[in-house]
Order: sequence, then structure tokens, then C-alpha cells
Amino acid sequence: MKNIVIIGNGISGITAARNIRKLSDHKITVISAETDHFFSRTALMYIYMGHMKYEHTKPYEDWFWEKNKINLVRGLVSSVDTFQKKVHLKNTGEIEYDILILGVGSKPNKFGWPGQGLNGVQGMYSYQNLENIEIYTKNIDHAVIVGGGLIGIELAEMLLSRNIRVTFLVREKSFWNIILPPEESEMINRHIREHHIDLRLETELKEIVSDNDGRVRAIITGDGEEMLCQFVGLTAGVSPNIDFLKDSNINVQRGIVVNKYFETNIPDVYAIGDCAQFETPLPDRRPIEQVWYTGRMHGETLARTICGEKTAYKPGPWFNSAKFLDIEYQVYGIINNHLKEDEDQIYWEHENGKHAIRIVYNESTLKLIGINLMGVRYRHDVIDRWLKDGIEVKNVISNLKKANFDPEFYKEYEDEIMNIYNSKFPNDQLNSTSKRGLLAVFTN
Amino acid sequence: MNKYFTFTGLGIFIIGFFVFVGSLTMSDYQLSEIIIKDQGEGEKYTALMESSKSMMGVTYQSNIAFINDLRTTIENANNSIIEKYSISMDLAAKISERAGEDEKFIYKQSIIDELLPAVDEASTYQNKSLKDYTGWMEGKKYSTKEALTKELTGSIQSINNAISYQIAFDSYSAKNLVFSITKASSLGILKGNLKLWLFLSFGLMIIGAFTYFYGTYSDVPAGIKNNQIFMDAITNKGWLGVALGTFMIAFYIFLYFYPEYLTNWVLLMDPISYKLNGGPASHWFLYGFLYTLAVGVMGIRMILKYRHNTYQIIRTISVILFQTAFAFIIPEILAALNKPAIDFKNIWPLDYDFFYSYNLNELMESGFLGWFMLGWGLALIIIAVPVITYFFGKRWYCSWVCGCGGLAETLGDPFRQLSNKSLKAWKIERWMIYSVLIFAIINTGAVLYTFFTGSYSLLGISTESIKTSYGFLISSMFTGVIGTGFYPLMGNRVWCRFGCPLAAYLGIVQRFKSRFRITTNGGQCISCGNCSTYCEMGIDVRWYAQRGQNIVRSSCVGCGICSAVCPRGVLRLENGPEKDRLNVPELIGNESL
Repeated sequence: MKNIVIIGNGISGITAARNIRKLSDHKITVISAETDHFFSRTALMYIYMGHMKYEHTKPYEDWFWEKNKINLVRGLVSSVDTFQKKVHLKNTGEIEYDILILGVGSKPNKFGWPGQGLNGVQGMYSYQNLENIEIYTKNIDHAVIVGGGLIGIELAEMLLSRNIRVTFLVREKSFWNIILPPEESEMINRHIREHHIDLRLETELKEIVSDNDGRVRAIITGDGEEMLCQFVGLTAGVSPNIDFLKDSNINVQRGIVVNKYFETNIPDVYAIGDCAQFETPLPDRRPIEQVWYTGRMHGETLARTICGEKTAYKPGPWFNSAKFLDIEYQVYGIINNHLKEDEDQIYWEHENGKHAIRIVYNESTLKLIGINLMGVRYRHDVIDRWLKDGIEVKNVISNLKKANFDPEFYKEYEDEIMNIYNSKFPNDQLNSTSKRGLLAVFTN
Repeated sequence: MNKYFTFTGLGIFIIGFFVFVGSLTMSDYQLSEIIIKDQGEGEKYTALMESSKSMMGVTYQSNIAFINDLRTTIENANNSIIEKYSISMDLAAKISERAGEDEKFIYKQSIIDELLPAVDEASTYQNKSLKDYTGWMEGKKYSTKEALTKELTGSIQSINNAISYQIAFDSYSAKNLVFSITKASSLGILKGNLKLWLFLSFGLMIIGAFTYFYGTYSDVPAGIKNNQIFMDAITNKGWLGVALGTFMIAFYIFLYFYPEYLTNWVLLMDPISYKLNGGPASHWFLYGFLYTLAVGVMGIRMILKYRHNTYQIIRTISVILFQTAFAFIIPEILAALNKPAIDFKNIWPLDYDFFYSYNLNELMESGFLGWFMLGWGLALIIIAVPVITYFFGKRWYCSWVCGCGGLAETLGDPFRQLSNKSLKAWKIERWMIYSVLIFAIINTGAVLYTFFTGSYSLLGISTESIKTSYGFLISSMFTGVIGTGFYPLMGNRVWCRFGCPLAAYLGIVQRFKSRFRITTNGGQCISCGNCSTYCEMGIDVRWYAQRGQNIVRSSCVGCGICSAVCPRGVLRLENGPEKDRLNVPELIGNESL
């Protein structure tokens, strides 16, 4: 029986703990400075919006941990001693380990803006961030958000729910256009404005101005415009939360450097989740994966290795999802913001500008590369199989209805997509198949 | 959100609500001979006329005082009847004395004619009753005088006790009498202007509600907006939630047990009742109207709230239509036509009195229509429930058709997040709901036993007492008082989750033989918890979703809200082949394993 210590009770650390418990009798200790119990970080926004309470964001009831002999410790790790195999807790002693797993997550980026340390200037990542947002947005009138990504738009939605006026500064020409293709990105621009958010594209933050009490009073944009505001949300991405490892001999760059087994340079020390940086990124993947799903996969995979079956990280086809205010987003496979050479696509958008489907395939082999979905839900298992089997776009289009996952009675758009295909491939006409709807009860 | 409209709407609603509640005190009460005459004819009404003399012409300003005096009056009428019809207890000894004159102590009914001849109304009744009660003793020999006296005393006591319900007003008819006399004795501004007050109460509440909805939804893009639900006193068990719960619990207690205090509300219903069925309203008409109005108004709110979700729109229209047509209007029309006023969508064992003898007798005496109704009811139980549930899951009934479900999905929607999701609650739920199902089956078995054999005793237990306890404990207390009164405290499906025997039956079919499931979309779950939080049945949906498992649970009513609130498109209600319904949990995406 080994003594396993996991720092961080987020999705990757907890998934590792749960899976190690399933596979073994090892002693498991999870240390967290953030909360007593595992909660869903992706649900933080809903606590602020009043959709849920903190209690509801906990995926397991509190008795679960003791029942499964997962020992939870609340404390802040100040340093790691890899020679003596100990972690030091701030003020509360030390904990020995045989195996150490670092799942310490991220912290919001701050790029050295003047005034970034003022009261009322907040990132949005941790439970403590949320508590501060709660404090500093009480009874305020106007907030500015800096950084046009997923967390930025979530923070905007949060503030809107409290009837706070929001100005949204986005450095790029269009919202999240490093990931989203132009049409989808433009759709979200429109949707942001529909919600009466003051979206300022190609606008950077220059300075945050303080009032007499050390609290934000205004910001100044790159163009020199001053905007009065009582809160500034800094959401220009996150980076690994690894300052406490600076004095250890664990190899860190932007993140904790690991190989495909999540091994660091020190034996018996592993890193998973969004603090880990792959020495050699997998093809088409980033060196640091900051997504809920990858954190979970890291945890599952490492648990195997720790329980004796050395397992390399080998994720299947990429997928991700998000929700931009009211528009849901799903992606299966790798969709770049602009078509690569040798790629072609079929793009359909609803006339109301709130639903879109983009199917990208290889121009020469015609094999499916990926599907991007806005305001439409598709089946993960179906598309995952298509991607792995490398089926041709023609078969994708003819079977597209099978992939639809929208609720019953929703309008289906697959025939319109087929029409686009048919006009694009005049020599290869496809015919519409039966509906997916309620009558399917009697047919499938 | 448009604040001007929400504030105005709320203001108008509150005015209407206060007029509605205040209307309970808006009448004076004065009894008249005509009112008593209208109640009925016979001995007891004559006695009532006599005992009510002191109330005649007196104007009461409060219904409490009026009802107190009225109850005393009815009690006095009853007492005078009992006094008049009671057989003197001395008679037992006198009869034994007479039977013992020849030292044999053989009982003969002829003695009754000697000692208690039938000369007037009262003595005729006494004479006949005593003969009826002692028929079995005829010619029986007793060892002592005391033995015979004892036997006779017992019989006389039984006869005297029976007077109160055979000749006088029994407790049930006394209750109805108090209600109808109180309603008829109302005077004043309310009764004189029923339509005006109807507008000032219900009219304003409806206008206020729609103005509020307009303000809430008009200038906001469609989507899931559960903002502030857990900060609001009414939806998060704050003081307003507790106040609302208390109000609803009190309403149900008065409606079921003390409707005589609600006669002003029933009066308000008269104009509508006359239009619908040609007669005055009862307190059950009031309940039906309030219920239907709540489903309708809050149903429109539901449609506005989920205007982006076709499933919710169609489903809500369905519950509104079923409530309005099947539960409210059709039974009223049937009643007006003097036909059995049944609700065609109500299914045993939720429709717990379907097999009660009064219902069976009424149906069997109503010709072809009655037999059709009987067959229809049986077909729903035996064919519709298993077959339709096989194809669509129990949702076809619980969240598309049922009245309790209809109210829960409309009036109850703001409270769905209050259901308890813990494992412990699930355990309690299973114990309770199947216990109620067994209770319902025993109750029905007992009443059918009585119906077919005529015997009121089954294995030494009185079938009437089973019936009475089911009626009080389950039908009144659980379904109404707790089931609806606790919406703001325990969520909107307390009855459906913990008590409804039909839900239990549908659930067993759904769990073991159905094509329905909620499919989890591969590995897309982010464990946020919206699905579990907004599950009115307290199912921990996330537990399944986050491990890539389909949700197959007997309690799921298929409302579809988990799928609606999911921010990542993970859940879909579907009917499909049974084969992969109970899938092996698998999170797609990790090929390392």
C-alpha cells in the first residue's frame, strides 16, 4: 500500500483519486486550499447568478469521501520537498508521501497592467475569486471585462444577471476568433450586443485608475478613452498555478513539464490537469490543455499508471463545448478558425443567426475532419465513431440526422445541409432520409 | 427585464390578491325561513325550523359567529329529535319483567306491542326499530332476568345511537347544511355585485400576472434564465416562501374540512358556475376553477419562460388543455346533463374511488355511457398504462396529461429546485411511494369485497375504516395539504414523488419494460449540477451524466427540464430500442484506457 498525496481537489486530482480508489487500496490524501470538498469549477458562474448554491455544485455528497477512504485535507501547500518526500503546508505542518500528484490548476493571467492589484479588480477562476466578485459587485452600476474568451463571456453573463451594465473589451477583431471561424465568431458578437453588452472589439486595456480608497474608479483603454466603472474583470486567459514549486527541483516552464505518462523529472511526482505542460505535445494538441474534459482524462489515465499498469495519455478525437450566453457550442474534431490548405467545408447558418453547423473535411480524401455546432446539439458517440473511422463527407451528410441530439420536437436542419452539399457536388445527389422525431418510436 | 411592467404587474396582482382574501369578510349573514325551507323537507327540517327561531332576523357581521350559532341550532334540532325518538332505557327491565312472569324468561316480540304500541310517529318508529333489532331473540330462553335485560339494553342503546344519522342530521349532512345555509344567508356588497368583485379579485390577479410576465420576458433574449432563484425569498424557502406555503396549507385545510368559512369565494364562482352547468357553485367548483386558472396562467408563464424550447411549449399546452377540458369543463357539462361527472383522464389508483360502490353503482345505472365510462377506466388501468408507458415512458401521463402533474409543472415550476437530491431522500421516497401503492390496493380490495359480498368486515377489519383512513391520510392530507401546500418548502412534486400510487405503478413499468430513457451524450458532462438542481423529482441526474450513463429511473416524469438547463447539450429524452437503454457507463474521449 502506497501513500498517495494529491495536491488540488479539482476535476483532475479528484478523478485520479476516485480511479485510484477503484483500482487499489492505496492510502489517498487530497489537499486543497480552495474548498473542503470537490465542486464543479464550471458551475461557479451559476452560484453568482443564483441558479445554484455552492452545495449544488458538489458532484458527490459529503459522506462519499469518508466512505471511499479518500482523506481530505484543507490547507495551502507552501512548498514541496522531493528529497524527503514531504509537502509543507502553510501554518499546518507537513505531509509525507510516496507518490505525489500535482493537480494544482491555474490562476488568472495579469499582464502587468497599472492598477491590476486594486480592490475590485478580479479574475474568475477560483472559489475565492467568486467570493471577491460577490463583494466588489454589490450595488455597482458598471463593470468592465478585459479579455474575450470563454471566462470573459461567462463573467459578462454573470454581471448581467445582477443588472450591472457591462463593457467588454476584446483585443481581437472579433470575439474568440483565435478558435472560432469568422461566421461563428460574428454570431457571438451579435449575440453579445443583443444582450445589451457594450462590446468593444480591437480594444485593449491600458490602465486601471484608482479612487482614494484603493478601489477601481475607472479604466483607460488603449485609445486613451476613460470609462468610469466600479469593477474590472480580468479574463485574458489563465496560466498554471505553480509559484510554490519555484524552489523545488521539479522542472517547470509555463507549466509543470511532463511526459505522456504525466511523469515529471522527479520520480514519483506527477502532474495532471491544466498545470501540466507536455514536453512533446500530441499532434494537433496544445502543450497545456486547460479543459475540464482533458483534466478528467489525465486523472483517469494516471490512476492506471499509479495502480501498476503504466498507461500513456492517448486521447481520442478532440471535443469541447461551451455556452455563450444563450447559444450552446459544441465541437467535435479539430476545427481551426480558418480552413487549412487541403481542407474544405460545408457551412449552414439559420436565418435567425443563432444556429450554425460547419462540417470540415479533407479536400482530396473527402474524409471528415470535424464538426462545429452553434445552437444545435449533436451526438458525441456518433461523431466520435465517424472521426475514428475516417468516413467520407458524403456519408456524414447522408447520416447526419442520426447525429442530431436536439430535444424532441425541435426543428431539424439536416435537409438544408444536404441541399448545400447537393449544390456543391452536382454530380453526387443525396436524398433525404426519414425523420428522427417522435415517429421514430415505431421505426428504429 | 422591463422593471416598469414587472413592478406594475406585481402591484396589480397584490391588489387583486388582497381583494380576494379580503372578500372572505365582505358579507353579513342573516337567516330566514325561506333559506331553511329550501334545504329540504321532513322531520329534521321541521325541528331545524323550530330550533333556528332565535337566529331569525339577526344580522351577523362575521361568519364565525354565524356558523357557531348555526352549529348550535343544528345540534339543538338533533337533540330534540333524539329526545323525541329515543326509547326509554327502563323499557328493557319492563320487558324482562314481563317475559319472566311465567318464570321462563323467553323473549317474545309480542311484548313490545303491549308495552310500546305504535300510536304516533315516534312510537311507530320505536316499535319497529326494536322489533328489527331483536328479531333474532324471538323465542330465545334466558337463564335470568338480568341476562335478558342486558341484551335488551344493548339493543335499545344501538337504536338510540342510530337516531342521529337515521332521522336527525348526521355529521356529514350537518356539515353540508352549515355550508349551504351560510352561503345562502350571505348579504351585502359582495353578493350584490358578484361580477364586479370577480373582476376586482381574479380579474386583477390575472391582469397583474400577465403584466408581470410581459415585463419579465419581453425584452430578454430567449434562453435559460434562472437568475436569482436561490436568492429570492419566495423560491428559496425565505419568509415569502414560508408565507406562501402556510397560505396554501391553510387553504387546503379549509377547503377539505371547513369549506363553510369560504362561502364568499364560492359565491364569487356562482356567475361562472351558472354559465357552465346552470347551477350554483359548490366549494369543489371553486377548487376546480382555481386549479384550472393556476394551471392556465402559470402555464402561459412556463411557455414564455421556455419559448425557445419546443418540447416544453407543446408539453405545457398539453397539460393546460387536459386540465381545462378533461378535469374541469367536461365533468361540469356531464353534471349539467345529469350524467356521471367523471374525469376521463383520471386513472386508478390515483383515482382512488373509481371502485367505490357509489361510483360503480352510479356508472352501472347510467346506461351505455356509464358502462362505457367503466370500460374506459378499466382500459386505462390495464391497457393504456403499460402500453403507452412502454413506448414513451411515464411522462405521457405524469407531465403531459395528469392534473397533479399539470399543476406541478405550471404553478409549481418556480419551486422545482427545492426537491431534495440526497441518497437518503431517494431511500425514503421508495419506502413511502410503494407503501402508498400497497395501501391503495388494500383499500380498493376492501371496498370491492364489500361491494361484492355486502360484508363490511374483512379479516376482522372494518372496510369502512380502511376507506376512511385512506381518504383522510392519503387523499386529503397527502395529495392536497402536503402535496401542494409544501411546493415552496419541498419542491413541486412532493405528492408525485413520495405518495402517488399511480406514479408508482407507471414507474415500475418505466423502470423494467419501456423504451424511454434520458440519454447521456458521451463524455460532454461538466458536472455543473444544473440538471440535478432543477430535477423536480430529486433525481441526481448528474450522478449518471458525469459517468456517461443513461438515466433510467422509475421516478422520472420526463419533464425535460434537465435537458433544457444543461449548458452543454448532454441530456436528451428519447424513446428507442430497449437493447442499449441500460448502457455500460462510458465516458467517450479517452483512448488511453
